[in-house]
Amino acid sequence: MQDFTLNPSDRSASGTDPEDMIACPTCDALYRLPDVAKGSRARCRRCHTTLTAPRDGAMTQIVMLAGTSFILMLAGVFFPFLELTAAGRTQRSSILDVALAYSDGPFVGLAIAVGALIVIVPLLRLLALIYVLAPMAFGWRPARDAIAVFRFSERIKPWSMAEIFIVSVAISLIKVAGLAHLSLGPAFWAFVVLVFVTALKDTFMCRLTIWKTLEQRSH
Amino acid sequence: MENAGTAQPLITARDRGLVGCPNCGRVHSAPVPAVCVRCSEPLRDIAHDRSLQRVWAWLAAGLIAYIPANIYPMLRTESLGRSSESTILEGVVELIQHESYFVALVVFTASIAIPISKFFAIIYLALSVQRKVRQGVHNRYRLYEVVEFIGRWSMVDVFVVAILAALVQLDFAATVNPGIAAISFALSVAFTMLSAQSFNPKLIWESGELSQP
Ligand SMILES: [Zn+2]
Ligand SMILES: [Zn+2]
Repeated sequence: MQDFTLNPSDRSASGTDPEDMIACPTCDALYRLPDVAKGSRARCRRCHTTLTAPRDGAMTQIVMLAGTSFILMLAGVFFPFLELTAAGRTQRSSILDVALAYSDGPFVGLAIAVGALIVIVPLLRLLALIYVLAPMAFGWRPARDAIAVFRFSERIKPWSMAEIFIVSVAISLIKVAGLAHLSLGPAFWAFVVLVFVTALKDTFMCRLTIWKTLEQRSH
Repeated sequence: MENAGTAQPLITARDRGLVGCPNCGRVHSAPVPAVCVRCSEPLRDIAHDRSLQRVWAWLAAGLIAYIPANIYPMLRTESLGRSSESTILEGVVELIQHESYFVALVVFTASIAIPISKFFAIIYLALSVQRKVRQGVHNRYRLYEVVEFIGRWSMVDVFVVAILAALVQLDFAATVNPGIAAISFALSVAFTMLSAQSFNPKLIWESGELSQP
């Protein structure tokens, strides 16, 4: 992959149409929108934020990866992620059990929060992305309120914590290792693959391309 | 690949009297609409930016919630009729006593080192912007990126408590229950994340000169 930084718009560009420019979202440096080759990445010269990284067939790939993540998440919720054996008895724990562990008193709120961060937010984000990008992959008009839905999916991104959950499972495993025999269940591995697929999907995603496509096709 | 040979001076949209969308980068010329024509993000001139008020408010909430998170127990364990409670710090000490040094380090980093350094980092960034410090723009922006990236990882301990409570249930000799600190710690992490998200990185760049790194 070729990486390159942009040249700022020169002084004579004052007459340039605003639509042909981009202001870096993080540092406001102004650039003339370049023709970035597919597969390469244009970064801001000042703060190194990625401005655009178009890829051939990215929309289709993202939709497919999001679909895969969705199925993995369902497996991750219903299958056990840890199996604990002590005194001849076996206990299997799924994410549902974790959320229900605090089913009384002031801990209900915490249960809802933990469930939301591990499962609900990642699922919402996947659904939102499929809703916005699937019509684009087919070259159709954007779905209703696609702009609002895409903004929403970007906003909840920091609250999607599946990868933190995996690390937490590993730590729990070591913490209880003295008390009982523990083994990882299928849901743990579903989550590991899910995190990998999600990261891959995010590297394919060029926000500028998506916003520009939404803008063009909405009118 | 840096083309350092053609070091033209950088120009910001603001220098040109244009307003760049903080979300998608769409450039707007006067008359500037209230929201971005492409992505509907509200457009505000940086001179009227009030994001620092929200940064301070969420940070204060995060700091307040962090106090009970350290005083009250994070975990209550009952084993063979004996019950014990441990705060975040006691949990780390127990792990060291059990010679789980690696996990002790992870929990210490996620629950103590990251939250405290994050408080200081946000205070430093907000103050430097308010005092219009011009130096070290690039390093301050890097600090902001680190704070944004790393803050979420503090949730590790809350998840561990939830997982342990779910795993070790009544059937066994031991039961594990979350303590009040689990709630206040989760709130503290969430408030501090909101504080960092409220911070407008353009404020850092705005104070600095438009020079090359
Ligand atoms: Zn920039
Ligand atoms: Zn915009």
